[in-house]
Amino acid sequence: MKEVTIHARAGQGAITVASILGMAVFLEGKYALAFPHFGAARMGAPMNSFVRISDKEIRLRSQIYEPDYIMVVDYTLMRGFNIFEDIKPGGTAFINQPGKMPTPQVQGINVYTIPADEISYDIFGRTMGNTVLLGAFAAGVEEVSLESLCKAIDEKFSGEIATANKKALEEGFNYYIKKYS
Amino acid sequence: MREYLEGSIAVARAVKLCRPGVISAYPITPQTHIVEELASLTASSQLKTEFINVESEHSAASVVLGSLAAGVRAYTASSSQGLLLMGEVLYNIAGLRLPLVLTCANRAVSAPLSIWNDHQDSEALRDSGVIQLYAENIQEVVDLHLFAYRLAEDPRILLPVMVCMDGFVLTHAYESVDLPEQDQVDEFLPPLELIEKLDPFKPLSMGIVADARFYMETRYAIQETMKECLVIMPELKKDFNKAFNRDIKIFIEEYYMEDAEKVLVTRGSVAGTVKDVVDEMRAEGQKVGMLKIISYRPFPAEAIYNALKDLYAVGVLDRAISLGSWGPMYTEIKALFHGKDKFPKISGFIGGLGQRDITRDNIRDMYDKLDWGEVPCEFINLNREFLIGARKYT
Repeated sequence: MKEVTIHARAGQGAITVASILGMAVFLEGKYALAFPHFGAARMGAPMNSFVRISDKEIRLRSQIYEPDYIMVVDYTLMRGFNIFEDIKPGGTAFINQPGKMPTPQVQGINVYTIPADEISYDIFGRTMGNTVLLGAFAAGVEEVSLESLCKAIDEKFSGEIATANKKALEEGFNYYIKKYS
Repeated sequence: MREYLEGSIAVARAVKLCRPGVISAYPITPQTHIVEELASLTASSQLKTEFINVESEHSAASVVLGSLAAGVRAYTASSSQGLLLMGEVLYNIAGLRLPLVLTCANRAVSAPLSIWNDHQDSEALRDSGVIQLYAENIQEVVDLHLFAYRLAEDPRILLPVMVCMDGFVLTHAYESVDLPEQDQVDEFLPPLELIEKLDPFKPLSMGIVADARFYMETRYAIQETMKECLVIMPELKKDFNKAFNRDIKIFIEEYYMEDAEKVLVTRGSVAGTVKDVVDEMRAEGQKVGMLKIISYRPFPAEAIYNALKDLYAVGVLDRAISLGSWGPMYTEIKALFHGKDKFPKISGFIGGLGQRDITRDNIRDMYDKLDWGEVPCEFINLNREFLIGARKYT
């Protein structure tokens, strides 16, 4: 079983990302449990969502404490809080990195930075980096395919929103490929 | 068809398949997504029902009472304070023998305000005459709702059924779930036909005064029906399994109990985490097992007694507490063994109140503690630092 923690602020689509990832995994015939952090999330408050991915039925209902992967939708969440502390050794972090901000250096963890805000701004006309980051996740680790994620978007959205989010996925995916492989 | 759905949406879809004629509810976290989805299905004409917006949970329960009194299938849902506000009416619904199905999205009770999950709210309605079924995962939630309508409306039963699902852990989680087709549900659940109902052409009174000559018999009648449920539910289970081609569990679920020495008794979603720990400890050669209670009212005493009687030690994990006494499930399970020649050591644990997380390590600790003496009411995972503040009045 692999575990994913998504760090975001409420309103940045952490639950949407978790449910799209879960749905994509489901469409590939595997099991996924996507769930929010057990907290009340007012717009802008730091919050998490979680995804468990497995070949077998998932019964574990506690929160995720040692994720294999993290996605950081909001760079400022790393201020004054060690977001990397609990990641499994050898784990992977996907970070939405605004242009001028430094790349975090963390030992024993793979850190990939993606300018998801900038990429998403060109697509949505506002910063909504969650699906861009998810595209990079699909490129960076072998848990889910870009095609399945696009199918999951189509299950959840329609029309322009679906088209824009699929574009965001693809651009995140392509950015990762270009920069890291 | 197998779909990937949020728990609340899955419940709404299951309720839709049961064709309620009236839905009335008042929003409260974590129940809200269920009735929002039902409202949305109604607004888009996918569900033909009378969706009645009300100003409180007391009114919501009163609306469904009226609907059922007129012989129309109904649905409502609530949590926590909202469920308690319904409580006054729910006692009436049970006393009037009206077959309501409602969902409790389980949540802690204020004060202090907690929107998070435990079982205190449904526990508060334990004695109301409402049948209570607890689900471990979203599939069970769906299946139990379908089962609940058939159970409530069986002419031999006619009691309200509350399906209890853990708030957030199940209401807000996404999982793969198999929803049946409409014709399967229609075959399993025929239209509601109440023999006694409000009808202007055949007037009758309901809920009249019953003085000391009459009241007690009404309680006796509900108590007898609760006992008869233990015979009738397996019959309905057969029909369910045939209609939907699966094996629904209705009273208890036993996990690695055959040769177990130490067993934890649980309810609701935490059972899944316990099963994972049982697998881990079994792999280490430890003879542990788990007993999950699904039907809490009626309490399947004989099945529980038989499952536990030969064990060395039993731990009962309650996610509610009868303040001033012990964990409610602990008390009942302990009582099962009174006066018996042979009985296991029985310990009571209180955990997961207000959604304090119950981790695999916590569960392992409880199994380990079963090797020591009995403890009646041990809180697990207390934060000592906050305890000082919480005890400032004493």
